[in-house]
Amino acid sequence: MDLLATVFSGFALSLATPLVVRFARRGAGWVLALLPIGLTIYFARHIGHVMTGGTIAVSYSWSPELGISLSFYLDGLSLSFALLICGIGALIVVYAGEYLHNHPDLDRFYVYLLMFMSSMLGLVLADNALTMFVFWELTGIASFLLIGFENERETARSAALQALLVTSAGGLALLAGLLLLSQAGGSSEFSTLLNNGRSINGHPLYFPILLLILIGAFAKSAQFPFHFWLPSAMEAPTPVSAYLHSATMVKAGVYLLARLSSILGGTDAWHYLVTGAGAATMVLGAFMAIWQTDLKLLLAYSTVSTLGTLTLLLGLDTVLSVKAAMLLLVAHALYKGALFLISGIIDHETGTRDVIRLGGLARAMPVTAVSAGFAALSMAGTPPMLGFISKELLYEAKLQVSRVAPLVTGIGVLANILLVAAAGLVGLKPFWGRRPNLPKEPHEAPPSMLAGPIILSGISLLCGLFPETVASIFLSAAVSAVRAQAITVELKLWHGINPVFALSILTLATGILVYAMLDTIRHAKILVAMASRFGPQRVYFLLLSGLNSLASTQTRLLQSGYLRVYVMIIVITIVGLIGCAQRIPDGLAITWEGLSDVRPYEWGILMLILLAALMAVLTPSRLAAAAALSVIGYGIALVYVFFGAPDLAMTQFTVETLAIILFVLVVYKLPRFASLSSRSARIRDALIAILAGGTITSLILITMAHTREPHLAAFFAENSWIQAKGRNVVNVILVDFRALDTLGEIIVLSVAAIGAHALLRPGLEKTSNHNPRGNQALNEPGKLVFSPILFTAVRYLFPLMLLFSVFLLLRGHNEPGGGFVAGLVAAAAFSLYAIIYGAPAARRILGINPSILIGAGLLIALSSGLAGVFSSRPFMTGIWLELTLPILGKIGTPFLFDTGVYLVVIGATLKIILDLTEE
Amino acid sequence: MNTILALVIGGLYAAGLYMLMRRSLVKLVIGLLLISQATNLLIFIMGRLIRGHPALIPDGATHLEPPFADPVPQALILTAIVIGFGIHAFVIILIKRTYQTVGTDDLDEMRNTERPPADH
Repeated sequence: MDLLATVFSGFALSLATPLVVRFARRGAGWVLALLPIGLTIYFARHIGHVMTGGTIAVSYSWSPELGISLSFYLDGLSLSFALLICGIGALIVVYAGEYLHNHPDLDRFYVYLLMFMSSMLGLVLADNALTMFVFWELTGIASFLLIGFENERETARSAALQALLVTSAGGLALLAGLLLLSQAGGSSEFSTLLNNGRSINGHPLYFPILLLILIGAFAKSAQFPFHFWLPSAMEAPTPVSAYLHSATMVKAGVYLLARLSSILGGTDAWHYLVTGAGAATMVLGAFMAIWQTDLKLLLAYSTVSTLGTLTLLLGLDTVLSVKAAMLLLVAHALYKGALFLISGIIDHETGTRDVIRLGGLARAMPVTAVSAGFAALSMAGTPPMLGFISKELLYEAKLQVSRVAPLVTGIGVLANILLVAAAGLVGLKPFWGRRPNLPKEPHEAPPSMLAGPIILSGISLLCGLFPETVASIFLSAAVSAVRAQAITVELKLWHGINPVFALSILTLATGILVYAMLDTIRHAKILVAMASRFGPQRVYFLLLSGLNSLASTQTRLLQSGYLRVYVMIIVITIVGLIGCAQRIPDGLAITWEGLSDVRPYEWGILMLILLAALMAVLTPSRLAAAAALSVIGYGIALVYVFFGAPDLAMTQFTVETLAIILFVLVVYKLPRFASLSSRSARIRDALIAILAGGTITSLILITMAHTREPHLAAFFAENSWIQAKGRNVVNVILVDFRALDTLGEIIVLSVAAIGAHALLRPGLEKTSNHNPRGNQALNEPGKLVFSPILFTAVRYLFPLMLLFSVFLLLRGHNEPGGGFVAGLVAAAAFSLYAIIYGAPAARRILGINPSILIGAGLLIALSSGLAGVFSSRPFMTGIWLELTLPILGKIGTPFLFDTGVYLVVIGATLKIILDLTEE
Repeated sequence: MNTILALVIGGLYAAGLYMLMRRSLVKLVIGLLLISQATNLLIFIMGRLIRGHPALIPDGATHLEPPFADPVPQALILTAIVIGFGIHAFVIILIKRTYQTVGTDDLDEMRNTERPPADH
């Protein structure tokens, strides 16, 4: 099995989860746990290889142009994490099946949980920094979904949002940091960067890189001042707290620091920033923990404290401190995971998590009590638990620090004293002493919930008894991976009487004393209240509400609901941005010589266009505005004529004609022009509009000053005849090279016609009751006037126009013409007929419903494309027959396609115009 | 020629944008029409202006010899003209219908008709 498969197996299984939960219901946890168990075995089988310094690397191409590969890398560090993630994951999955067995959304829970497990695996196994970032964010999203799992509770939703905002804000900083790191280090693969060692330390970007990455890591691992999201995250179901917010996800930041310590470490900045944040978090977490009465909050703050300790150790950056950190990481995951699960059991069995109301549970729940006892002993650092060895190593590392050993050791001891008291509160207080009245009569938990705590505290004990095994199995490999050099770790339970042991005894004794005095000091809780009132959480809420009011203010300002304000803002923004970015190049072509090639009739036409535009703006008459628009349209058609675009010119002429017909049909049903805005508003708008127009003019001139290589034009000039057998290049592009685009365009045209029809129909039904024959309406005042000249002319013009349209269609591939123009000409013929003889007459002579024409046209166009598919070439490939006809030239599917276009254009245009005429 | 055509395009855009900022619905449509004409011209001029040489391969030749007008923008504009016609017809009919239903042409007053009835 490949590393890639291990990462994605959880995602795959999460898809099947709803089925598993439906069929296995109560046993779902056991079934789903097979995956993490299998993964644990898979990773365990690599221990031997990794122990001897081996690594496994796989790499898949993902986005090579961005330098992102889907690459994974297994070394001592990632293996330790992978084992924790899968091993504890299996226990959690089993536990949750029982813990949430009554929950209607158990399947959804498992989907999130498995998604998290896979993301977390991806995070620790990823070799590419950006791949790691993607999984990093995925764990954040999974955490968001799991904290807010009971989404009907407001507190759960707001806690989920808080965790997401804090960690993903950090994630953004991290992304920037990783990008800079890849740039500075010349690679985005961690393995390559590690080989290069600490070469980035002298890079000018070193400090920004460090700061950005630290922000991301600190936010994820709940370091001061970002620590506050973690206690809030206790809104999640207890298995989630045990898994994500204690054993795995919150350690992602620590993982990253460990991963990068051999790349970014070794500087004063690293030392002071990481150690400082770690020390602050360590003391703060321990201090906050002992005041808590909710078991989960207590555990959460003690977790914060441990995360601080881990960070501090990585900040110290010595071989010994890294050893201590790696050991503490494992020891903590074991005892804290167990304690969280036990707090869930207590909650489940007694109905409360309030430590003050709990006591004497040992008789009813002996197994839980014993596991809790062992876990608490490990947390307090008592022999023979793993926690003891870990604490010894911790003190040893702190004492060794050259500069600030007394300070670091002092606060370390202080934090640990408080944690001893906290361990007593969680692991002893609920089980011993007098049993008060409880909301529920407690019973021993079922095996599926006991399995986790028993196994985890059992391992804590075993590892404590056989430390050499822990050291050799994974610790050496993990420490070697972090330090990027081979290191052998030796662990012993008993070191003899030395300063470290003395400190341990001092810690334990003082801790027990504090525990005994807790009831007394708890009255000083006011301090905690103050801390939470003015702490960073307060800043978070202030920021959040500030952001919300900023958002609503800018929405009020920018999104007024008035279309013209939107237009104004968009135009001003664009003009402003272009104005800022624009650099007038040398030799800009605003020379009056540029005007010398303008021929007199061109002057006339262009001036006419401008005058007509002015008139369209200023005229108070709708008809005059319509006429002005026509002048502009015809004028532009002439421009097309002069500059080698006969197809465009023909199309534009026909469209303008049809547009006039259309406009005349509706113009008197449109409201009169009203002058609604004030004079000052008009002047302001005119200024903005002129500014925008001027910007566009200058942009065009700047563009024109550059020479251009028309690669596309050259390609089409070369290949139109040879490949596509057509001499009219424009038409060849439309019906052959870019036929797929044209297909999309005729579909748009059809949709527009159908839409117009839908808008007209209600009115049509109303009027047709009074007016069954459309041509009667023609004689009403204000409608079209009956003219004998037109009447006679149309009779002869109509067949001629149709004939011309067919001619245009046939010759389109080689001469100016084609389906679009031909269709418009035919539509114009029918429209003319409808105006003179009435729409029903036009429909009769058409003989077919325009909708059917549209449908038939689309079908023909589509099937002409399929011909290519049937001869196993891409859709829309032109297929040619060995046959040449007069006018038409060669026969092939592009001609069929053009016929489809022809029919769609006729159908769509007539659908609109005939409906309008009938109304 | 570029200079003067650039001025004409700018002028059309200015007129169109001015009309787009009016309160009257009909003027808005006129603005839309002006802007689409201007845009077609803008695309056209980007292909560079070549006088009197359409992109037609002469009989007997297998390919085009420069100079010839760039066929690519022309193909773009050709479909834009036809689709533009369809869309503008749709918009004009939409406005007519809106006017019939709402009874006003003033965009500001139309805002008020969006308000749901009080008894809802």
